[in-house]
Amino acid sequence: MLTFIVRRALTSVFILVLAVSLLFGMIHMVPGDPASVMLGPKATPEVRAELVRRMGLDRPVIVQLGKFYAGLARGDLGVDPFSGRAVTDSVLEQLPYTLVLVLAAIGGASLLGIPLGCFSAIRRNSLLDRLTGAMSVAFIAIPSFVVALYLLLWLAVKWRWFPAMGAGEVGDYPDQLRHLVLPAIALGLGWVGYIARLVRSSMLEVMEENHIRTARAFGLPERTIVVHYALRIAILPTVTILGLGIGSLLSGALFAEIVFSRPGIGRLLYEAVATRNYPVVMGAVLVTTGFFVLCTLVSDIVNALLDPRLRERPRN
Amino acid sequence: MATHPGVIVRTFSGLKKDPLGMTGFVLVSLILLFTVFAAWLAPYDPLEVDVYDRLSSPSAAHWLGTDQLGRDVLSRVLFGGQVALKVSLVAISASLSIGLVLGMMAGFGPRWLDRILVVSFDTVRSFPTIMFALAIIALTGPSLNTVIVVIILTSIPVYARVVRTQTQALRERDFILAERAMGASTLRILRDHVLPNIAAPLLILASMDVPSVVGMEAGLSFLGLGVSPPTPSWGSILNDGYSYLRNSPWPIIAGGLPLIAVTLGFTFFGESLRDIFDPKLRRKDQ
Repeated sequence: MLTFIVRRALTSVFILVLAVSLLFGMIHMVPGDPASVMLGPKATPEVRAELVRRMGLDRPVIVQLGKFYAGLARGDLGVDPFSGRAVTDSVLEQLPYTLVLVLAAIGGASLLGIPLGCFSAIRRNSLLDRLTGAMSVAFIAIPSFVVALYLLLWLAVKWRWFPAMGAGEVGDYPDQLRHLVLPAIALGLGWVGYIARLVRSSMLEVMEENHIRTARAFGLPERTIVVHYALRIAILPTVTILGLGIGSLLSGALFAEIVFSRPGIGRLLYEAVATRNYPVVMGAVLVTTGFFVLCTLVSDIVNALLDPRLRERPRN
Repeated sequence: MATHPGVIVRTFSGLKKDPLGMTGFVLVSLILLFTVFAAWLAPYDPLEVDVYDRLSSPSAAHWLGTDQLGRDVLSRVLFGGQVALKVSLVAISASLSIGLVLGMMAGFGPRWLDRILVVSFDTVRSFPTIMFALAIIALTGPSLNTVIVVIILTSIPVYARVVRTQTQALRERDFILAERAMGASTLRILRDHVLPNIAAPLLILASMDVPSVVGMEAGLSFLGLGVSPPTPSWGSILNDGYSYLRNSPWPIIAGGLPLIAVTLGFTFFGESLRDIFDPKLRRKDQ
C-alpha cells in the first residue's frame, strides 16, 4: 500500500513539474519577449530594459526556471512587476474566498444530492427517480456561467432576494453568507443530480448484499437499514468523486466570481490575463493546478484504500 | 459497423422507445437547421446598428428585443450559432483525428512510446481546462483561433485515452492475432480491423463532447477572450447583456437559452445513441 501511495504521489509531482515547465517554456516561446508584450507598443527601450532586468528576463531560460523552482520551494511565487507585491501574498489573499465558495457549492450539492440519490434507489422508477435521472445528465453539462447569469438576473436584480455583487462586509458573517448563496448555487447545481446518481447506483448495489438481507431478517426498521447499514457503505465511492469535484470546481469558480464580482483566485487570474501580468498568471494557474492534482491524488489514494483491486493496476 | 445499412433504422427504432433521446434528437435537428439557415431566417443583419432603438424589449419588429447598440438580438443569436457550430466542428474533428492517431500509437506501439504518450496526456489533463485556456490566451492574445487551438489541445488526451484503452483491449484478441499471423501490416490491422471496432464509441463520445466545446467557446467569449466584437457569439451576446443587465434582461435570456438547448439536446441524444449502439459503455446503474 505504501509503495502505491509513494509511486502515485511521485507521478503527481512529476506531472506537476512537467506542467509548470511547459507553462514556463510557453511564456518564453511567444514571439516577442514577455516584457514588450506586457508593456505594449508604446514603451520606451529604457522602461523595457528596466522591466527585463526586474523580471530577470536577461538571463537564460534554464536559469530563470531554476530560480523559479528555487523560489517555489520556499513558497515564493515571484513578484508582481506592476504593483511590486509578492505574488504569493496576492494568491493567499484571494484563495480563502474561492475555497469557501467551492466548499459551499459542493457541500450544498451533497446535502441535496445524497438524500435524493437514496430516495431514488429505494423508490426505483418513481417519478422523482426518473426526474433525477434526467436532471443529472442535463445539469452537469449546462455551463455554470449561464446558471450564474440567470440567477443574477432573477434572484438578485429582478426580485432582489440576494445581493448581486461582492463577497459581503469583512467580519459580518450573515452578510457574507447572503453573498455566498447565489454563486454557490450556480457552481453546485450541476453536481446535485450527479451526486444523486452516484449515490443511487452504489445504493442499489449495496441493498442487494447479504448483510442487508440479514438486517431485514432481524426485523430492523427499513429506515435504520437504509441509513445505518446501506448508506454508510454506499457513500464511500461518492466521497472520492467529491474530491475530484473540489478540484474541478476550484477552476470553475472563476465564472461565478466574475458574474457576481466576487474576489477569488479565478478573478485574480482573469484580471492578470487581461493585463498580461505573467508572474500572477503563473502563480494563479500553478496554485489551482496544484490543488487540482492534489485532489486527484487524494481521491485516488482513498479509492485504493477502499478497493484493494485498484492498487494492483498502476496503469489503467 | 458504423456504415452497415441498418444504422438509421436502428437509431430511430431506439429513439422511439426513449422519449429523452427523441427530445434530444429534435433539439439537435432544430439547432442545426436554425444555424445552417441563419442567413435566410435572420430578420436583420446581426451587425446593423440602430441607435434610436437600443435595449428594447421584445416587439413585433424585434422578437427578442435589441442590444445596447440597437442590434436585433434574434439575428445575433441565430448567427451566434454559426460560431458555435464552426468551433465545435473544427475543434472536435481535429482533436478526434489527432487523438485517434496518438491513441493507436500508444495502444499498439512499443511500451516506451506508450509511457511517453500517457505522461504527456496526463500533463495536459492536469491543468484544469479553463486555467489552461486562460494561460494560453495570456500569451497569444484573445482570438477565435486561439480558442479552437486550446480546445483541440485539451481534448486530444480525452480521445486518445479512449482509443488507447480500446486498442489495447483489441490487440490481444484472436482475430487480430490471426491477421497478424497471416502477415498483415500494422497499418492494415489498425485501419481495417481496429478502426471499425472503435468508431462507434468514438463518434458517440464526440457527440457528447459538443456541449462542453460550445460551452468553452461561449465561456471564453463571455469573458471577452473569444470572438472579437462585433462578431456575434452566444458568449459575446451574454457579455454585452451582462454589461447592460439593469437596462434590459433580454440579451441574457436570449443568449443563454440556445446554450441550454445545445447542452440538453446533445447530451440526451448522445446518451440515447450510446444506449442503442454501445450498450457496453452504459453505466451499470441504468
